[in-house]
Formats: sequence, structure tokens, C-alpha cells
Amino acid sequence: MWLRLEPRPERSRVMVYLTPLVAAGLTAVAGLILFAALGHDPGHALYVFFVAPLTSSFGLSELFVKATPLVLCALGLAVGFRGNVWNIGAEGQLILGAIFAGGLALWAGDADLPWLLPAMVGAGMLGGMAWAAIPALLRTRFNANEILVSLMLTYVAGLLLGYLVHGPWRDPGGFNFPESALFGDSALLPALVEGTRLHVGALFALAAVGAVWVLLMHSFIGFQVKVIGMAPRAGGYAGFSQARVVWLGLLSGGALAGLAGMVEVSGPIGQLHPQISPGYGFTAIIVAFLGRLHPLGILLAGLFMALTYLGGDTLQIELGLPRAVTGVFQGLILFFLLASDVLIHYRLRLGPVRVPTAPPGSRPQAQPAQSGE
Amino acid sequence: MEGWEGLAALLVAMIRAATPLALAAIGELVTEKSGVLNLGVEGMMLVGAVAAFATAVATGSLVLALLAAMIAAMLMAGLFGVLTLSLMSNQVATGLALTIFGVGLSAFIGKDFIGIPIAGLGSVSIPGLSDLPLVGPVLFGQDPLVYASLALAAGVSWVLYRTRAGLVVRAVGENHHAAHAIGYPVIGIRYLCVLFGGAMSGLAGAYLSLAYTPMWVENMTAGRGWIALALVVFATWKPGRVLLGAYLFGGVTIVQLHAQGMGLEVSSHILSMLPYLATILVLVLISRDRVKIRLNAPACIGRVFRPEH
Repeated sequence: MWLRLEPRPERSRVMVYLTPLVAAGLTAVAGLILFAALGHDPGHALYVFFVAPLTSSFGLSELFVKATPLVLCALGLAVGFRGNVWNIGAEGQLILGAIFAGGLALWAGDADLPWLLPAMVGAGMLGGMAWAAIPALLRTRFNANEILVSLMLTYVAGLLLGYLVHGPWRDPGGFNFPESALFGDSALLPALVEGTRLHVGALFALAAVGAVWVLLMHSFIGFQVKVIGMAPRAGGYAGFSQARVVWLGLLSGGALAGLAGMVEVSGPIGQLHPQISPGYGFTAIIVAFLGRLHPLGILLAGLFMALTYLGGDTLQIELGLPRAVTGVFQGLILFFLLASDVLIHYRLRLGPVRVPTAPPGSRPQAQPAQSGE
Repeated sequence: MEGWEGLAALLVAMIRAATPLALAAIGELVTEKSGVLNLGVEGMMLVGAVAAFATAVATGSLVLALLAAMIAAMLMAGLFGVLTLSLMSNQVATGLALTIFGVGLSAFIGKDFIGIPIAGLGSVSIPGLSDLPLVGPVLFGQDPLVYASLALAAGVSWVLYRTRAGLVVRAVGENHHAAHAIGYPVIGIRYLCVLFGGAMSGLAGAYLSLAYTPMWVENMTAGRGWIALALVVFATWKPGRVLLGAYLFGGVTIVQLHAQGMGLEVSSHILSMLPYLATILVLVLISRDRVKIRLNAPACIGRVFRPEH
């Protein structure tokens, strides 16, 4: 008996929504195997990873705290990915957003300025956009690959942040630690629920879900992005500009990643230091795919991926497993998603390979259709 | 700097910095020549690096360590192959997944190996020749992997452009439908090229953890896998130019390190940006010539091949 793939006549809409769940399920199964191999009770370990973090109100609030930057970054990435613009430098754009917003907060110091937070939001988005504008410019002007440029700039952004907190922005009263002074009160995002770290930034993420939903689903430019992404030539014939889609994809990615950076330093962190993000900008790539590049899907996927961060923490505390298990799970889920996505266009069939019964002449319909007409 | 000795030390350091880039880029070049874009070089290098280091600690054998690195990275490449070639997934997304997975997996495996010292891969010395001024240490006093990288670059160049096998690989990368129509197993050939790319990435990673800095540090590749990807574009998919580009980058890295060592009044953070900025610069310089890129890039790169159509 052979398991084989048979093309579907059209893509399966059910599978589009089902495969993320299939991927999550397969990841859990892989987790069971991994934990068993490491000599832990697999059921218990899986419970500790996926369920235990959600059993306390603290855990739930932390879930939203971690989901906020993930959802923000992934929303921006989705705008680009839909148009085949591969911005994978969200991490760097997040860092620049944090630097711009944090710089403003440090400049303000302890002064009580009512406009400081809105200005920091603007600065953060501007910082992310400025960083994303570099790959956009180099791609549209010089044809340079935006994947490599945006990624290289992520390393540069990390070094820039390191330079600032080791040098000019180091807290003079900070015992030589590479971190800035703590932000003043008026530079901190207010908490949503007293006693938790859940802050107003979560609302920014929700607002961004709405804004990106309108942009992608109900605007002409969103339609252009989709057409250019799926069929660049058709888009060209319709007069849609590829360069515009590149700019839009990268700038929205930069703006939202920059906002995520601002939210992080102004919310849970409250100062600048070298490790402001545990790779949110990279994990957001997984969130965007897992959420099917759809704003609502991204919201759900963001919450799920936030859980993998919390699960890594609880595993470390309860079972002494390294936190890096989070990265393993995150990679696995994207693999399983990409693998099961084959079911959108194909179905699995059991049985030997069927010899085509039709005469050979009638088979290759697709070939002439591509070149002819 | 003191004359010949200083210059020789500089050149030796430059070649050592260039070798992991050259190894990874040559592997990726073959993968791309067959029409597959594997963005997972960074992840494969990291898994190779940690596999090599763990094996070296466990067995004390550097040969076994190199083998383990190649096998581990080939497993990663095989995973990429199953997804992109058999299950026809998007190559860009799958390559990114491979890197994310490799970063996580290597950190997970490497947790117990942080801070353990090993005796790294030493340099060979040929009595007489290695003692010559300048050319001695530079040409005859390197470690075996440096020579291996040169031999591999020459070998790949010869196979790709002077043998039937190379012609087939290039045909598959240029037009997979035509290659399929003639009867070549497109998917099988691509699997082999992807696996070769994996093995080379594994060697590159092993070079870092065994020879360049004999230790394991999380994320120790620091973007070298991505720089290797950029090098392939910079080289316009030609093996000889990959080597040239790698030495250029080795030079940038070493100049930056030496500037730091000589107490230049610039922050080490700023100097460390140089290799990344240089990568962007060369990408721009090469890519701006669209015709050159279009003529040299394998025409089917990144495109999914569906045999039924």
C-alpha cells in the first residue's frame, strides 16, 4: 500500500482553516515523544507546557502581555507577506521602535508631560518605519533582496541598542550595568488590570487587528497587495505598482514592529537594556503564517505562540528543562503547518499509483494553457 | 605591525574567518544551482556546530565530530527537502522555519556544553615549507578544513561546468519542466543538491565550534549563514567568486577585530556592525545590475516543481 498525493480540483477551504489546528495537534504529539525521550512523564510535561500557565490569573495576564508584541509584529508582516514582500527584519524594526520611544522617554526624564506617551507611540512607529524604509528603498531602487537586507539590519539594530546602553545612554547611577535609567512615570503605559503587568498596549494590538483587517480586506490598496502577491504580472497589467506594494508592506511592518518595541519598553520593561525582546520579531513570522496572514487568525495564533513562551518558563521551573525548548516547539509548529498545508491543494490517497486510463494526449491540459491563448 | 610576521598573522586570521563563509556558501550555491532556495543555512550551521562540539566532547575524535556535523545538518536539509520537494511547501517560509528550528534545537542540545573547553582543530605544519616567511604560515600552516574548502570550491566548479552531472544539475535549475521532459528525475536531483548544501553548512558550523573558536556558544554563527546566502548572490552563482567574496568578508571581519584590538577610539558595537553593513553594500552593488542578476540566477530558483503538470 502506498500513501500518495492526488491533486484536488480546487483548493480546499476547509483545510485552510483546519491545517493550523492539525499543526498544533502534531506539535503536541511531537512534544509527547520529545518529553518521553528526555525521560519525563510526557503527559505531565505537556500539561506543564500548554495548560499550567493558563490556570492562574497571573498566567493569563502574562499570556496577553507576551501576545501583544507578537500580534503587532505579525500583523505588519502579514501585509508584506501577502504581497510577496519578505520582511524578516521585524526584530530589528522592533528594536529601533524601542530606541526611538525609549530615547524620548529618557530625554523627558521625570518631567510630568501629558503628551509624552502619544509622542512615544509616534516615535516608536517612526523608528520602525525608518528601519524598514532601508530595505524598501534598496529593493525598489537597487533590486536588492529585502530578506537579506532586513535581516542584516536586525543585527545592526541589536548592536546599535548595545552601543547606546553601554555608552551614551547608560544609567550613570546604574552600577555600570549596560542599561538605561528607569523611565519616568509619565513614560509608562498604564496597567489595564491593577496588580498585573497587563497594560494598555494590549488594546493597541486589538486596534491594530481592526486597522489591518480594514486595510487588507476592505481597501483598494489591500486588493492590490493581494493581486501583486498572487500574480505579479496580472497586477502589472492592471496598472498596480509593485514598488508601492513593497513600500506598503515594509512600512506597515516597520510601523507595527516599532509600536511593539515601544509597547515593550514602555510597558513591561520600563527602561532600555540589551535584551528587550526574546526574538518576538522572528516568532512573529510563525504567528503570521499560523494565522493564515489574516488579522483574526493572527490574533489567535499570537495567543498560542505566547503560550509557548510561558510554557518554556514553567517547564524550566517545574522540570528543569532548558528554556530553549520554546524555540524547538516554535520551529516544529511551523514545519508541521507547512507540511500539512499540502492538504489544501492535494488529498491523501491510499493505494498503488494509478496508471492514467485516459490516452496520453488528453492528459497535459495545464501545459499548453500556460503558454498558449 | 612588525613586517612579515604581522602581515602573515593578519592573512592567516582573514582566511580563518573566511572559511566557514566559503564552506556554507559553496553548499548553498549547489542547492541554488538546482533551483532550490534554502534560507535555512544559519539553522543548519548551528545544528552542525553543536553536533560537532557535542561529538568532540563525547568521543574526543575530531574526525567523528566533523562527520556528526555533516550528518546532523544533512538531516536538517533532508527535512527541508521533504517539505519543499515532496510536499511542495513554499521555499522561503520553509527555509525560515529551518533557521528558527535550528536556532532553538541547537540551543536546546547545547545547554550542557556551554563553557566546556576542547582541544580544537589545529593547523597542519609541513616541515620546511611552513617556516618560510609570509607564504609559510599563510599557504602551508592552515588547518585541514581551510584546504578542504579550497578543494571543495575547485571540485564544485569542475563538476558544475565540466561534467555531465553538473550540466544536469544546471538544467534542472534553469528549466525543470524541460529537464523532466527529457527524463531527468528533477526531485531526486534536487534532493541530492539540498543534502550537499546541508553537509557543507554542517562543515561550516563545525569549523566555527571546532577550529575558529573551539567552544559552544548559543547562536555562535551570528548571522554567518545569512552572509553566506548573500555571498552566493554577490558571486552571481559562480564558485570561484564565492571564494573571493568569502575572503573579502573575512578581511572585513579581521580588520574590524584588529581595529578593536588596537584600541581604536570607536565603540566595539559600532565596529561589529561592519560585516553586516558590508553585506548590504555588496548586495546593492551587485543587485543594481538587474540584467546581470537575471542572466546568472538559476531561472527556476524558488519555484515549486509539480510533476503532474
